[in-house]
Amino acid sequence: MKRRGFLAAAGAAFVAGCNKVADSDAGARLLSAAEKWHMGAHRLLTNREALAPEYPRSAVSPFFRGNGSADPQNGDYPRHVEEGFANWQLTVAGLVRNPLALTLDNIRRLPQRTQVTRHDCVEGWSAIGEWTGPQLSLLLDEAQLRPEAQFIVFRCADNLNGQDYYESVDLIDAYHPQTIVAHSLNGEPLPVRNGAPLRMRIERQLGYKHAKYLTAIEAVASLDDIGEGQGGYWEDRAGYQWYAGI
Amino acid sequence: MTKHVLSTRIWHWLNLLCVVVLFMSGLTISNAHRLLYWGDWGFDRSQAWLEVPRFPDWMTIPGYYSLAVARDWHILMAWPFAVGLLFMWIAMLVNRHFKRDLTTSRREWRPKAIWRDIVEHAKLNFDHGEGKYNFLQKLAYGLVLGLFLPMMVFTGIAISPGMEPTFGWFVDLLGGRQSARSLHFIFAFAILGFFIVHVALVLLSGPIGQMRAMLTGGSTHEA
Repeated sequence: MKRRGFLAAAGAAFVAGCNKVADSDAGARLLSAAEKWHMGAHRLLTNREALAPEYPRSAVSPFFRGNGSADPQNGDYPRHVEEGFANWQLTVAGLVRNPLALTLDNIRRLPQRTQVTRHDCVEGWSAIGEWTGPQLSLLLDEAQLRPEAQFIVFRCADNLNGQDYYESVDLIDAYHPQTIVAHSLNGEPLPVRNGAPLRMRIERQLGYKHAKYLTAIEAVASLDDIGEGQGGYWEDRAGYQWYAGI
Repeated sequence: MTKHVLSTRIWHWLNLLCVVVLFMSGLTISNAHRLLYWGDWGFDRSQAWLEVPRFPDWMTIPGYYSLAVARDWHILMAWPFAVGLLFMWIAMLVNRHFKRDLTTSRREWRPKAIWRDIVEHAKLNFDHGEGKYNFLQKLAYGLVLGLFLPMMVFTGIAISPGMEPTFGWFVDLLGGRQSARSLHFIFAFAILGFFIVHVALVLLSGPIGQMRAMLTGGSTHEA
């Protein structure tokens, strides 16, 4: 019992020291720099077009777990569910020459990509699903990005704990061939749990980047003025890494 | 008394710091989803091979539940850990520490010799080998340096979705992403096991001399 007390005290002192480092300016800078080093290493070692693994249809998980919002009740969302998303609109705006407003029909008529991929949650679990939708690059090319555009922001219909969900990626992930605006999971329209009627697939990053209940795609030059400036809901709220390929 | 060159001493303490931070922040990450699976995927109890207990806050970094802060620490310390291990391997091969002190001869693998080594350990007689280290020591250090620590780096890379497009073959080799995650966990606890035995044997074999050897290099001149 004494030994456990000693261990606990030593552990607490060590943790207090770590927290002191993390709370200092230099410590905080070091911790966020480490994320950039990983991103740099990944980008150096991995071709920008390199694909995340794709699986045969038979590998699909029997159930696709949903995390975060699973049944949004805020704003117009419940009405859209009742209407079967007949009046859902996706806008592509911001630093573009040709802003778009698309219905689900418009989106289903574009050339489609279907991919069976694995979804990795930051918590640690994984599930495999078959996703279908147009590549984001198609929409961005149609909207004609302005040269100042550096990031693509995804706006979402769900309000979680009082804040609107959003996410963002840089142009490398935005133009990645597997980055699609998915409307189907395993050949069926997306369930509400998994982001109906539209969600992003950012296959080389963790699950929280794959924005659900997608309402708008916005090209921006900087993330500083979006939300609280960290590039995403969980990044703002809890300090999650913006680059979620780690 | 064993003596240690500067590179070994620097790496030893740097590695200790890295392993402690990585392990304690890793316990927080484990608390985020306390189920382990084999294969590519898994998300609930019915697929799990192990349900891990929840680790109490005093064992974890940051000392309360924050997956984001734990990941920050894990992601930071992964760098000195992996780069340091690479440096130690290069140093060990160049200064012949590996060849001279850690490689075993065929004679040492004979069951009789291993048994004698175990008996000597049980009698708390540790200075009975031919070289700097006895057989069980070589085996333990070899396993840690050659398997446990490198596997932490490799399985860590394997569970990074950003690395998988390039190292997918390695993830397949490990049996899928969730297998890689399980192995990451298993090797982490193998390192904890080594740590406990290592500290216990240092305490039993003259902790003051051992500590002095690892801090200053030892009392006599290193050849």
